[in-house]
Parts: sequence; C-alpha cells; structure tokens
Amino acid sequence: MKINSSDALASIRQEALKALSVREQSNETVSEEAAGLEKGTPRMQILCCGGTGCKASESARIVENFRASLQEKGIADKVDVVVPGCFGFCEKGPIVKIIPDNTFYTSVRPADVEEIVTSHIIGGRKVERLLYKDPGTGEHISDSKHMNFYRKQMRIALRNCGFINPEDIREYIARDGYKALADSLQRDSLEVLADIKASGLRGRGGAGFPTGIKWEIARKFDAPDKYVVCNADEGDPGAFMDRSIMEGDPNSVIEAMMICGYCINANHGLIYIRAEYPLAVERLKIAIAQAREYGLLGEHILGTDFNFDIEIRYGAGAFVCGEETALIHSMEGKRGEPTLKPPFPAESGYFGHPTNVNNVETLANVPVILTKGPAWFSSIGTEKSKGTKVFALAGKINNVGLIEVPMGTTLREIIYDIGGGVKNGKKFKAVQTGGPSGGCLTEKHLDIPIDYESLAAAGSMMGSGGMIVMDEDDCMVSVAKFFLEFTVDESCGKCTPCRIGNRRMLEILTRITDGRGKPEDIEKLETLAKVIKDTALCGLGQTSPNPVLSTLANFREEYIEHVKDHVCRAHKCKALLTYSIDPVLCKGCSACARGCPAEAIVGEVRKPFVINPEKCIRCGMCLSRCKFGAIKVI
Amino acid sequence: MAELKISCEAIRQVEETCEKFHNDPGELISILHEVQGRLGYLPEPVQRVIADKLGIPAQKVYGVVTFYSFFTMTPKGRIPISVCLGTACYVRGADKLLEEFKRVLGIEVGETTPDGKFSLDCLRCVGACGLAPVATIGEKVYGRLNPSDIRKIVDEIPD
Repeated sequence: MKINSSDALASIRQEALKALSVREQSNETVSEEAAGLEKGTPRMQILCCGGTGCKASESARIVENFRASLQEKGIADKVDVVVPGCFGFCEKGPIVKIIPDNTFYTSVRPADVEEIVTSHIIGGRKVERLLYKDPGTGEHISDSKHMNFYRKQMRIALRNCGFINPEDIREYIARDGYKALADSLQRDSLEVLADIKASGLRGRGGAGFPTGIKWEIARKFDAPDKYVVCNADEGDPGAFMDRSIMEGDPNSVIEAMMICGYCINANHGLIYIRAEYPLAVERLKIAIAQAREYGLLGEHILGTDFNFDIEIRYGAGAFVCGEETALIHSMEGKRGEPTLKPPFPAESGYFGHPTNVNNVETLANVPVILTKGPAWFSSIGTEKSKGTKVFALAGKINNVGLIEVPMGTTLREIIYDIGGGVKNGKKFKAVQTGGPSGGCLTEKHLDIPIDYESLAAAGSMMGSGGMIVMDEDDCMVSVAKFFLEFTVDESCGKCTPCRIGNRRMLEILTRITDGRGKPEDIEKLETLAKVIKDTALCGLGQTSPNPVLSTLANFREEYIEHVKDHVCRAHKCKALLTYSIDPVLCKGCSACARGCPAEAIVGEVRKPFVINPEKCIRCGMCLSRCKFGAIKVI
Repeated sequence: MAELKISCEAIRQVEETCEKFHNDPGELISILHEVQGRLGYLPEPVQRVIADKLGIPAQKVYGVVTFYSFFTMTPKGRIPISVCLGTACYVRGADKLLEEFKRVLGIEVGETTPDGKFSLDCLRCVGACGLAPVATIGEKVYGRLNPSDIRKIVDEIPD
C-alpha cells in the first residue's frame, strides 16, 4: 500500500495510534497498582528488550516462553508481546516491561516467565523479586520513571528505543514518524535547512561540526547525482549508541537521510554499516523494505517530485573508516585510507559525486527538531552545544547502560546519580571519554558541564560518546598503552607520523610497564605525542596521542613511579610486582604451592612457605588461593 | 603461500558472485563478504579468480583483504572464539580472559586448534558492555566471564 500524500500519512498515523495508545498513555500516568486480566484490564502488552545486550542474556528465549505461555493459557488475543530496541539499562538486562501499569522487571530469566504471566498478567500481582531494588534505600521501584538511572535523562535521539517495535513502520508512523518529512516536502528546502541551522545541531560522531552548515555547503555543489551517506561505522571500542539507535529506531535514520536529501538536492542514500552489527543490519533492511512498500522511499514520495532511495554498504572492520574520506573509499571497494581535504566530500565524494556524510545519532535528532521546532531544540543544552548527547556508560560503574542527557550535565551527575557510583565501593580514579581519540579525566573535572568545548579544554573530547569509568585498581600507564595498541592496530599506514610514531610511543609505553623504563622516556613520549598530533594526516592520527597526553597531564606521578621506583600502584603491571609470603600469617596449608603453575613456592606443611622470585611468573594464583591473607604483593 | 586446491565448484560459485555484482570493482568489498561467508576464508587462488573477473590486479584484491580485519586468509575453526577487547571489557579483566583462552586451547590469537575445532581471535566491542568481560563462542555471547570458567565452558561445547 503506497502512501501518496501527507493526508494519507496522517490517516495511517491515526489508525496506528490505536494500537500504540495503551503504551503512550501508560507512559504518562503513574500507577503503582498492577493491572491484570482478572482485575478487568482489557488489553495488556509485554515489552521484552531485543537489543544486542539483552539478546546475549537469552531475551529471545524469554520472548518465546511468553508467546508459548500466553497461547497455552488461551490469552494470546488479549496480551501482545512486543520486542522493542534497547531500554538502555543494560546492567539489569534482560528488561521486561508490562503495559499498562508500566512495571519494569529487571534481570529476567526465561524461567521467570511463567510467574510473570500467572501472577502479574492474569492475577494482577507484581512479581516483587524481579523489581529493581534501589541500592540507596533498598526499596523496590516498579516504574522506571522513578529510578535514578532514568530520572536525569532526556531521550531525544533515543526517543523510540525501548518503546516501539522497530520492525513495524506503523509504530514509527504513530509516533509522528515521517511527519517531519511530509511537512518538509511542503516547504521550500531552504527553509527546512534554515531550521536545522537554527537548531544548533552539531555532528555527534566526534568533531561536532554544525550539521546545518555542512548541509548548506553540500547544497552548493550542483550535480545530477549527489549522495547522502549515513556513517554507521561505529568502531570506537566501548561505544554502542549508534548501534542501539539502528536496532531500536531504524526509521528515524531513514527519514532524516531523506530530509537531508531534500535539503541538499540529493536522491541517493547510502548507509555504511559495520558487518559486525548483524542485528542492526537486519532491522535496517526491514525498515528500508517497509518504507519502499509504503512508498516512502522511491519515486514521487508523498505525491511530490522528490525521489530518494537508500542502499546499505558494509564495512569490514577498520576503525579509520569512521573518517569520512576513508569511509567513502571503503564504499568504493578500496582500502579505507583517508585523503587530504580539500576537496571535501561535499564537492567530490563517492566516485567523485558531491557527498554529505552524517553520523547516525546526528541524523536521529533531525526529525524531532523539525516536528518540535528549532527553538525547542536550541533551548536544551549549553550556549554552544545544543540538545542532548547519548553516552555508553561502562567500565567500573554500577549502572552500565546507554544514557541520554542534555548537554551541560556534569560528569558527576552522570557517574554518581545516573550511573550509581563506582562498582564494589571502590574509589573513583578516572573517566575516559571519546574512546581512543579522547582522554582520561579525573576527580577535578567531575563538575564541569559537558559539551564539545569543555571536554576539549579539559584535554579530552566528546567523541562518539563512549564513557568508561575506572577505579583505583586501574593503572593509567596501562590504560594509555591499551589505547595505543588499538591505534597501532588500526592505523591505516598511509602517513608516517601515525604509522611509525604511534609504534614508537607504544614501544616506550611497553618498556615502562615492563619495568625497563628509562628516565628520559616520559619526556620523549611527550615530544613524540605533540609531533604526531601536529603532523598526522587524518583525525585518527591527530587524536591518537590524546590518551597518552591526558594521562601524562593528570597522572604524571604514576609514570614517574613506574620509571623511577619500579612501582605500579594499581598492581596491574606484572613485571613490577613482587609476591612474598608473610611467615607470621602463613599456616603452611600448601594451597598456594599446589596451585602455583610455575612451581615457584616451596615449603613444608604446617611451616611457612616461601616464593622463589626467580621462578615466580606473577600470575597471582597464590593470592587467590590463600585463605589467610598471607600473600603480600608490592 | 602453500599450494591450495580449490574445487571447480567453489570457483564457479566465486565467479557467480562476481557476476551477481556485475563484475563491478566498486562492489569488491560486498563480493568479498559474500565469498568469505560461503567459503569461510579468502585464500590466494580465490582472490586471483575475483581479480580476473573484475579486471583489476590481484594486488588490489589482496590489499583490500589484508586491510580489513573482518577478512581472513586462513580458515577459521568450526567454532570461532572471539574475546572482546573493547575498553569496557578491558577494564573488567578481558586481558586475563584472553590469556586463559590461549592456555586452555594451547593456541595464540589468530590460530586454529590442530583438530580444526576452535580458532581464537580478538574483537573490539560486541556492544554488550553491561555483561563485560565478554567472549563470543560460535554465535553465542558469553557474558560476565571469569578466567576460572573457561576450561569448563570450552570442554562442554560439542563439536
């Protein structure tokens, strides 16, 4: 069925809204009382997270079990099972949400399904043991709105994730989907572009270039074939926001690409996506097929003269392809090596055609900006950074998950209020933002309001939004080395500073963590880092020294300890550790000696044992086996 | 490279894949994805077939195959194991996990066990950071792993 006018779209929206209204209303109301079929609730819905994280914890089996159980009890016609995208609270996954009472069950196992159905769905009694328990008060919280994890969040790019079924375009349409496109097609494209500019939206992929200006430049180059490219090559380790958007709300990306196409006079869309994201690929394919079926992609869209279609291109695992010129080369079937700009892709991109590249999260903001107006969007955030930002909060933190907060939120609010603080009551040491291109920030940075400028000023960067929390057990020299290993692996090899310079830096860092550091190494690192920053060809090389520079700036004493005193205070660098047995505490049980893979521990039973430092491989096995705390590590 | 025998049938399939993409060099990466999906890897003779079909030098194909980490020129095990070395997994002890996998399987990263059952690789972020540290074994994602679990998990996986 083709939708050939905005009126037709509106009537489909009305129709689709009927199915979605229970969910919409329950989102607004607060009800602590459980609904249930026996209490007279006419219709119920079970939302079961279908994101990659929850799928890894058997959420697919949970869905199967729900369907089978409802069938068996003959209530399948009264209860819908919906599989939306990521709810964000990955720490507590798999998540199951019951509508209309908005009950949010956490860490659900396939075996829990029967109880949820009999007790809650039929009987109207919540299953207390599966409710979220507030770590502060110890109280059960059944509605996610009242959880600290969600309270400070504001979901714009993630507005539909965890809410609609991403495999049904009608649910997207019911949430004002494709309305921004329909309205735009009735307006002059320059006006639409002016709205995007006025909103202050900036690129969410890392650099933060103003989206409206990027579109304006792309519009200037006239050519019969122009391309809109969605950069979905999310290669930053520890960042999964783009994937979640594509899994949970693929239509928002498609709609935004079309609006961009209309603004810059392009008719071709390409989505460049990592092959490692099978679920996101699948959901995008379904969304594209449905959009074509509804006539939203193709020719004479919504009865106008605007034509647009989208194809998917696969990446093959190369971090550098997040850089737009490298990405374009990869789409052309070549090695993903970046080239010097200018010419910018806007002038000469995919096979020489003018090309505009935007990141997934940037695009996901576009339709809402147009439906709610640029003034609404620019009222959120800080002076120079408008709107919200999605972060993948992970590492040593209690609430790992995907969060979206207004720009200007402080790191402290994110880590302590939303993230619930550092795991296992350990002491906070650093937070790494911006992935391999970013830096490590410390306690003293916790109260700066986050935006593009403030993070850069603090020596890190916004990046795509990875945010990894580290505690006292993390060695900052090792962390810098970890990121550099990544960069060395991913350097495309085209320019010398990045190819050779980073390798030299890695060698120095390896030397330091192996206890062979020389006094001049720290200074050498600093000089080398600055040279690479100034001379590398593309963004990858220019930002690759950031993890080293920021740890040097904030944790210089740790470097000095490694080099001068041969001490790793986090006990991470094996070569710098000495294991010994306290003769007073040792009971002579021989557990350590029996567990030692290097046969480095000797002694007589019931007498203190000793470790031979020559043989010891510092694996820590003795430490984990000793029940008396007799193993000492210095 | 050692002499490799590729069946005529396999070569025919590779040629068909190229034709499906109109022998377009711009589609090289899509072609490589499809061929590797079918054969499991991209040995040199296969790369030569593709180069011939697309009318480009074999070094171009080789250059692309070796550039991207997703493509491999050695056959993987029947059950590929990948340990996530994303940042979230790293700070939660993925390095120790990897060491234990190497020890238990007796192979290094990028290698396959002599019986062809397991191969070991690293990857950067599965996106299941809530379950860190994570490894994928076959199609399945294993989360919240402890080095002491590895032996049991590996032993219990049927061939």
